[in-house]
Amino acid sequence: MDKGKETGAQRENGRNTAGDPFLTAVLQSLRANMREYTMVILLVGIWLVFTYLTNGMFIEPRNLSNLFLQSVSVAVLAVGMVLVIVAGHIDLSVGSLVGLMGAIAAYLQVNLNMGTVPVIIITLLAGILVGIWQGYWIAYRGVSAFIVTLAGMMVFRGMVIKVTGGATISPMNHSFKEIGQGYLPKLISTAPINDSSALLGLVVIGLYVFWQIRLRKSRVKYGFEVPDKKLFVLRLAATSLVIAFVFGIMTDYMGIPYAVLILMALTVLFNFMAEKTVFGRHIYAIGGNKEAARFSGINIRRTTMILFIIMGALTAVSGIIFTARLNAAGASAGNLFELDAIAAAIIGGASTMGGEGSVYGAIIGALVMASIDNGLSLMNADASLQYMAKGLILLFAVWVDIASRKRAT
Amino acid sequence: MDCNQSDYLLEMVGIKKEFAGVKALEDVNLRVKWGEVHALVGENGAGKSTLMKILSGMYPVGQYEGRILIRGTEQSFHSLKDSEKTGMAIIFQELTLVKQMTVSENIFLGNEIARRGIVDWNSTYEFTKKALGEVRLDLNPSTKVKNLGIGQQQLVEIAKAISKNAEILILDEPTAALTETESANLLQIVLELKNKGVTCIYISHKLNEVLQIADTITVLRDGRTIATEPAGNMSENKIISLMVGRELTQRFPRQEHVPGPVMLKVKDLTVYDPDIPDKVALKGISFEARKGEILGVAGLMGAGRTELATSIFGTYGRGISGEIFLDGRKLKPGTPREAIKSGLGYVSEDRKNNGLVLTMDIKNNVMLASYESATKLKVINQNEVIRHSNHFVSSLRIKTPSLEQRVQNLSGGNQQKVVLSKWLMTNPKVLIMDEPTRGIDVGAKYEIYNIMNDLVKQGVSIIMISSELPEILGMSDRIVVMHGGRIVAEMAASEATQEKIMSYATGGVKRG
Ligand SMILES: Nc1ncnc2c1ncn2[C@@H]1O[C@H](COP(=O)(O)OP(=O)(O)OP(=O)(O)O)[C@@H](O)[C@H]1O
Ligand SMILES: [Mg+2]
Repeated sequence: MDKGKETGAQRENGRNTAGDPFLTAVLQSLRANMREYTMVILLVGIWLVFTYLTNGMFIEPRNLSNLFLQSVSVAVLAVGMVLVIVAGHIDLSVGSLVGLMGAIAAYLQVNLNMGTVPVIIITLLAGILVGIWQGYWIAYRGVSAFIVTLAGMMVFRGMVIKVTGGATISPMNHSFKEIGQGYLPKLISTAPINDSSALLGLVVIGLYVFWQIRLRKSRVKYGFEVPDKKLFVLRLAATSLVIAFVFGIMTDYMGIPYAVLILMALTVLFNFMAEKTVFGRHIYAIGGNKEAARFSGINIRRTTMILFIIMGALTAVSGIIFTARLNAAGASAGNLFELDAIAAAIIGGASTMGGEGSVYGAIIGALVMASIDNGLSLMNADASLQYMAKGLILLFAVWVDIASRKRAT
Repeated sequence: MDCNQSDYLLEMVGIKKEFAGVKALEDVNLRVKWGEVHALVGENGAGKSTLMKILSGMYPVGQYEGRILIRGTEQSFHSLKDSEKTGMAIIFQELTLVKQMTVSENIFLGNEIARRGIVDWNSTYEFTKKALGEVRLDLNPSTKVKNLGIGQQQLVEIAKAISKNAEILILDEPTAALTETESANLLQIVLELKNKGVTCIYISHKLNEVLQIADTITVLRDGRTIATEPAGNMSENKIISLMVGRELTQRFPRQEHVPGPVMLKVKDLTVYDPDIPDKVALKGISFEARKGEILGVAGLMGAGRTELATSIFGTYGRGISGEIFLDGRKLKPGTPREAIKSGLGYVSEDRKNNGLVLTMDIKNNVMLASYESATKLKVINQNEVIRHSNHFVSSLRIKTPSLEQRVQNLSGGNQQKVVLSKWLMTNPKVLIMDEPTRGIDVGAKYEIYNIMNDLVKQGVSIIMISSELPEILGMSDRIVVMHGGRIVAEMAASEATQEKIMSYATGGVKRG
């Protein structure tokens, strides 16, 4: 039997409706990825509105650069939260944990005079330890994640208050502050722009294009069908443009902040983990249908455990970055971050039922949330308005998602 | 149309339906006469279920092209509720009962008997009993649905439809999960309803049933109406050739197998029910399955066949005693992962709940139990994933526009093929197939039998649980019959007859 031929014939079931084949291919690929694009369109829409309302102040590189920086703490959480939600769980404790991890870091550095590197290591270990604690109750004791992390939310907030004594701990060392406030230094100090950031942007684009071409080649080598060449080039160009835009903005201002760099690395890493590793696919399977996962011999407990350990480690990263940016740790640090992170994941397309969601989507979601905060504060709107706007956008975004999904079927 | 409209209770004219680039229905016409049983047949993915979802308003007006006329007037349904108002009730291929709720709550879900918003439980129970009586189901109305077998759930669905006083009853593969007796029972119920004036649209892959009860038969192929004929003009072979577009001379490709050494040995297995304490689910079961043979497991629903399979596999039971050896290695109870690693596969009878992750695509479902075989350093090689999935899509003829299609969007039969692929992918030494051809069309069944033969030739030991006796008789080398949680008989296929198996299965003959 000629397998290749057979599937080729089956593919033709998805026949195009007349017209320019290239255009239809583009439309079809747009339609297939509708959900991802809706959220990008939403983000762009929000940016346009704020740009108009702030007379262009919003879109200036300085502001966007700050926006990216501000979004990092929540975005780091969202990257893990989306996987927790995909697995059919929830984590309400991350806000308190960001506070706790920040407080631990500050306490170690300010009160115990520890250097930055040991502080980071110990804080990360603390995050992992908390992850083991919560993961144990959820995976091996069968208490629902909602309850375990709700309990954690209270317990850890209590600990934050204990560690900080209700006051702020500051200041941090210069090297520690750099994590949240520093920018990638220039290679040539007299260069007119931040050359290293520009260079990094080019390297990233180069790697991306190289990777995609290699992937395509290997598909062809296996004898699989690949998308039309023009479509492929178009997609490469579009994505490269987005990368160039993001790097360009930051290069134009002061360069890439270290924190944003960390976020980018985590995003790529977590997306890879979700899509390309056995662990990641098992998370989706467990969230999609736990019974089917069990009947397929997937180790549900261990996967859940590891997931919460990873989430714990991420709260440490987020806490470190947050403390570094503020140069202080306080009793209320990280308050309500859990809700922003959950909202980010959901806006980014994660299903509250589990089984669905993407890491890139969560990043878009985090940017949506940060953009609203940023835009409204540029307009000097007060906090009450920010809460209301964020709430309504969440509602609206999820509705758009549901509506567009309905139309797609 | 120049024919007399009042001839037809229901007409669907020129129906077209497209899913994101996939044409499911291209041009379907269906005309159903008053008071008849109208059968709808066709291969997996031909579009039968889609057509019925359009008819019932599940796919609202605007999502398809074409016209629907009921009693001569054009309809535009926006929801199921709309179609119910015209006296229509549909039982979907995938059951839609709420598992956590009781039988009576389910039957009156959305039609609660209530006064000023307060549910009248006494009448609800009374009517439930009556509705259950009509489908000859002897159940306590307050039993939770999750404690029922699939077959019983199917009957509850029918009771639910009956309780709505439906005039048009649509049944999408109602007997796929039923045993022969239950199927016969259900057909009888359909005929009784017909005598009461209910018009019925009946979808099934079991052609003998179709010929038995249908007045008219419509055949669909690739989203088009191929033929509509009075049942009297049809035969199984004619239907098959219309369905698949070619002749199919033989139903069971029986091959002589040479049994090898014992691959699976079960010794004195006793298992307690995990939900009901002290209830023995399986008692003193001992049997062997050999390399290179097909062992058929027959029995009625509730005989403990699925419990046996899942106990061996490690997903069922409490207080398990006895021993299980796979290829000489002792299996620890309750560890499906270990079982899979030692070479056991289990094709579940309940594909939606235990077999598939509906939100994932075909390729990820195929790989679900064997990612490791496409993995280097814990990283999945997508090319290998695609290669393996492509192989199954073509060898099992899974009808899909792409490997990225969510299995949710596949037709029932094609979903079943994906489950099969998942287990073939694990390269099992012993493969337990629980109702492997449920919901699969005749052509695809034949392909699955061929695959079973190939596997056996490669030295796999197959244990086939089936409620279809012809399948058991047609494919097995050896047959065991279960009744009441025990094995009550074992025989070579050459000695087996339908009557003999049935008498053991009903507990008529004690083991000699
Ligand atoms: N929601 C959906 N999205 C995309 N394609 C779909 C969807 N539902 C059905 N299809 C496709 O439409 C075709 C017809 O499916 P349908 O379920 O009507 O088949 P069927 O005749 O009922 O088959 P079976 O006998 O296997 O139940 C199939 O190719 C299926 O993959
Ligand atoms: Mg169907």
